[in-house]
Amino acid sequence: MFKKITMAAAGLAMTFAASSAMADGHMLKIGVEGAYPPFSEKTADGTLVGFDVDIAMALCEKMGKKCELVEQDWDGIIPNLLNKKYDAIIASMSITEERKKKVDFSEKYYNTPSRFVAKEGVDWADTNEGLAGKTVGVQRGTIQHDYLLAVYPDADVKPYGTAEEAYLDIEAGRLDAILVDSLAVDGGFLKTDAGKGFAFFGGDHSDPKYFGDGAGVAVRKGEEELRDAFTKAIQEIRADGTYEKINMKYFDFDIYGG
Amino acid sequence: MEFIIEYFTLILGDGNWKFWLEGISLTLMFVSLSLLIGGVLSIPLAIARANRHPIFNPMVWSFTYFFRGTPLLVQTYLLYYGLPQFDFVKDSFMWPMLREATWCALIAFTLNTAAYTTEIFRGAIEAVPHGEIEAAKACGMSPFKRMRRIILPSALRISLPAYSNEVIFMLHGSVILGVLPIIDIFGAAKTINSRYYVSFEGFIPCAILYMILVFGITRIFRMLEKRYHAHLRPRTS
Repeated sequence: MFKKITMAAAGLAMTFAASSAMADGHMLKIGVEGAYPPFSEKTADGTLVGFDVDIAMALCEKMGKKCELVEQDWDGIIPNLLNKKYDAIIASMSITEERKKKVDFSEKYYNTPSRFVAKEGVDWADTNEGLAGKTVGVQRGTIQHDYLLAVYPDADVKPYGTAEEAYLDIEAGRLDAILVDSLAVDGGFLKTDAGKGFAFFGGDHSDPKYFGDGAGVAVRKGEEELRDAFTKAIQEIRADGTYEKINMKYFDFDIYGG
Repeated sequence: MEFIIEYFTLILGDGNWKFWLEGISLTLMFVSLSLLIGGVLSIPLAIARANRHPIFNPMVWSFTYFFRGTPLLVQTYLLYYGLPQFDFVKDSFMWPMLREATWCALIAFTLNTAAYTTEIFRGAIEAVPHGEIEAAKACGMSPFKRMRRIILPSALRISLPAYSNEVIFMLHGSVILGVLPIIDIFGAAKTINSRYYVSFEGFIPCAILYMILVFGITRIFRMLEKRYHAHLRPRTS
């Protein structure tokens, strides 16, 4: 009996040792979403690809660490970072005040505005009055969701678990409009077959009060060393052209933003 | 103390109480509407099953087998994602209705509960004591009158306990609303979790609300059973 308990305790101790080694040593686990093309998506054979994924790999290389990607639904992406399922999030996560209460961010690695998308040729204004009574889809728990709830109280806001589900429903005719990051919806929807007949309307939405200062790498609070290592690596890949190479693979202009 | 205040600010503050109110009313509306329509549908279906009607019985059996044989989530997804695949559906006069997630969910829930309730009622109709039917026959009641006056009232009484389970299952099944873009109680919990980047805080009030609703349901059925099973209780004096 006693032996069993000691063995169990030893096993536990080893697990703890292993998990803390993960954070300090050379093995780094990175949480990605995998349902946000072209930033992160899964190919038919299950490999994770996309801008976020390539950036993650480039950053790891610069930091001299081996990285493992962990796929995670958006809904649980911050809780599971705090639960130590992975050590950092590279998932197009915008740096906002609300999120800073929970996690620390590196410097941004890109910054693009959000825009509304609807059927081609609609003449709606992208204001609360213009969208009053319209059904607007958005990904739950995103900056766009908070922005719609705060600034568009008269629109009928439908929250979805992933951006892809919102694309399915606007294509099916269930939504009048969606609000998404302009690049994500451009590459992930408008330029695909499903997005034929849909287009942007209205202007850019990027009020820093809601949209923050661009997308950064999120780490647990108190891990300044890891955070600063990511910031340094971002500056390095900006400087040595790696960033530009990845950028041009997906987009035809520099998405780092001003 | 501070922790408790912080917790309540999280789940109720910042306009979050509105999500809960909306969630409770939507959950109650969906569950009661689908139970009501499904219940009404199931009575003729159950009679057809119990009477072994040569044409309708196999049809109703297939219907109940499909809806009891597949998960409610799958049925809802088949309707929700399946229908827009067909252009004739999108061009039909039904589309303004079917485009709404609410209608897809209501249709799936109604058919699902109709299938289960049909089988519950069928079993109850078959369990009506033979003596009661014999007596009705002896009084010269027509088959229709027998059904209306004797068999159905007796069967509905017999099915009360089994039906109360179906009502509770339907309430629990309604969390499927939360995976569609509908804010039911579960959806409210998920919305609040994702607004504040927490993993389970929102599920606590969610669980409590469902428990309170189930408490109400069991109370109502206890009252109904007390009233309609009065003749079955052993005499006390």
